[in-house]
Parts: sequence; structure tokens; C-alpha cells
Amino acid sequence: MEGALVLAQGVTDEGIKSLAHGLVYGLAAIGPGVGIGLVFASAIEATARQPEMAGQIRTTMFLGFALIEALALIGFVLAFIA
Amino acid sequence: MELDVNHLFFWDAIAFEGTPFAINRTVIMMMWASLLCVWFFWAGARKKGIVPKGLQTIAESAYLFVRNQIAIDVIGPKDGPKYANYLASVFFFIFFSNLLEIFPGINYPVTSRMAIPFMLAILTYLIFNFVGFKKQGFKYLTGTLFPPGVPWPIYILLTPIEFFSVFVIRPLTLMIRLLANMMAGHVLLTIFFLFTHEFLVTDLSFRAPLGVVTMIVAAGLIVFELMVIAIQAYIFTMLTAFYIAESIHGHGEEDHSVDTQHTEPTENRVLTEAA
Repeated sequence: MEGALVLAQGVTDEGIKSLAHGLVYGLAAIGPGVGIGLVFASAIEATARQPEMAGQIRTTMFLGFALIEALALIGFVLAFIA
Repeated sequence: MELDVNHLFFWDAIAFEGTPFAINRTVIMMMWASLLCVWFFWAGARKKGIVPKGLQTIAESAYLFVRNQIAIDVIGPKDGPKYANYLASVFFFIFFSNLLEIFPGINYPVTSRMAIPFMLAILTYLIFNFVGFKKQGFKYLTGTLFPPGVPWPIYILLTPIEFFSVFVIRPLTLMIRLLANMMAGHVLLTIFFLFTHEFLVTDLSFRAPLGVVTMIVAAGLIVFELMVIAIQAYIFTMLTAFYIAESIHGHGEEDHSVDTQHTEPTENRVLTEAA
């Protein structure tokens, strides 16, 4: 109980702010992290199944990668401007 | 060592302060990147040999990469070459601007300031909307906002989503993607360079082994950033091409017959052009 009190006294507005900045990016990275993993996994699988389609798959893969990545990066920018 | 974090984001004007033509470090670096870009192609095209040699090989294959792999493969063999000029300009400007991030002595990507990705995204936005209206007329707007083949009650949900994703989210993500990637890389490299400098030069003490570790990691990160630089230039150009292609062909109409048709002839076209 006393420890929690000491902890609570150490909490400042500034500290909460830094914590929030970190959390904004951290939380924003969860979904896109899984999404980008899926995109690359599927692209590798598809290329292994049909190597002759590798060029077209790579194009589509980067497209999907870019669209998903934007979500994480919006979180990154938000952490800076917030 | 004194460190001003604000220099990561803001620079004072050096000349013409207060006018719209104020010049700060970013502008000078942008000019340098443009000069580098112009020099690359000027030097590549100076001696036009039938059998390309030296820099001409690099310049030609770099341009042909944008033309064949991006313009023709995404937009199509008929309309693609027309937009290859713009796509190649955007690709190489972004590439050389990004390259300044790992350019020794500069280490400052100009694309990590909002103004430059913003202008490029606005340019792309204007072009793909203009092309859409030019090619499809008013059908561009109705085709985008009311995609065909959907029962009408869905439009209540679909039209606002389509409007946002095409006319708001597209340019916004286009600029934020480039900006955030370069800014993140810049901050990452800066932190590791500063640590190395702090541990090995300014404050040499028992922490020196830590400095060696950060130095090795920084060297690895430079290679990683080189990859990011190329991928970001590629992605920006490819998304631009993709948006233009959608404006030309209409929403969701990129049929696969066209795609498979021109994947193979692309190779032949390269050979005949080179010969």
C-alpha cells in the first residue's frame, strides 16, 4: 500500500504525457504488425507455389504492405505531434 | 555535449527570411538532391553508346525499371509509357532526397520534413484526379463513389467510405508514409550516432564497450536504411501509378487478362529497345 502511494506521488503530468506518447505508437503498431506478417507470409507462400508469378506477387505485396504500414506510421506521427 | 532536439524538426532560415522564398538547410539539401538527380541522368546520357557503358548502363536500367516494372506493369502497356516521365521523376527525386539520409557529412533526408512529401502527394493527387476526369468524364466521380454491381442500400455505407478512402486518406497516407519512414530512420540513426560519439569521443570511460556496440549497430542500420530508402521511393511511385491506373480504368476494373498478357512481352520490349 505504501509502495503504491510512493508510486502515485512520483506520477507527474509530464510522465503521463511521455507514457501516452509511447503507448500511442506501441498500440498503433500491434494491428499493422500482425497484418504485415500476414502479407509477407502469404506472398512467400504464393511465390513458392507459383514462382513464375513472382514479379506480380511482389508488386501486390508491396502495395498491401504500404497500405497497412500507413496505419502504424500514423500512430508514429501522432506520437510526435500530440 | 549539448543537444538540441528541435533541430530534428525545425531549422532557421538562412537567407530571405520572412519572405515566402526563405531558404533554410532543408531547401539547400533539396537543391543538392535535385542536382544529384540531374547529374546522374546527364552523366548517364552524355555519351550515348549503342552498347551502354558505365554510368549509362545504370541510368538506363534504372529508368527502364521504373518504366517497365512500374508504369507499364501497373498502368498497362497502352497508357503506361505516357506516365513514365512523371513516375520516373518522382521516383528519382524521392530516391536521391532519401539518399541524403546516409550521405556522409549530410545525414539529413529532406523528405523527413512535411513540405516535400506534401507537395509530391498534392501533385499526385491532382494528376490522378485530372486523369480520371479527362479519361472518364463525370463517370469518374460516380464510378468511384458508387461502384457498380452493388445493391443500392449498400451505397449508404459504401459511398462515404469510398469518398474518404479515395479523396482524403489516399493523399494523406501517401505523404505520411514517406515522412514517417524517413523521420523514423533519421531519428534512429541520429540516436545511435550520438551514443557512439558520446561513449567513444566525448566521455571516454568504462562505457566504451557500449560505444563499440552502438557503432556496429549504427553501421548495420545504415544498410537497413538504404533498403528503406529504395523501398519508400518504390512504394510512393507504385502507389502513384496504381492510383493513376484506377483513374484510367475505372474502379476495380483491372482485369487479369491484361496483366498476364503484358508480363511476358515486357522482357522482349526491353531487349528490342536496348538493341
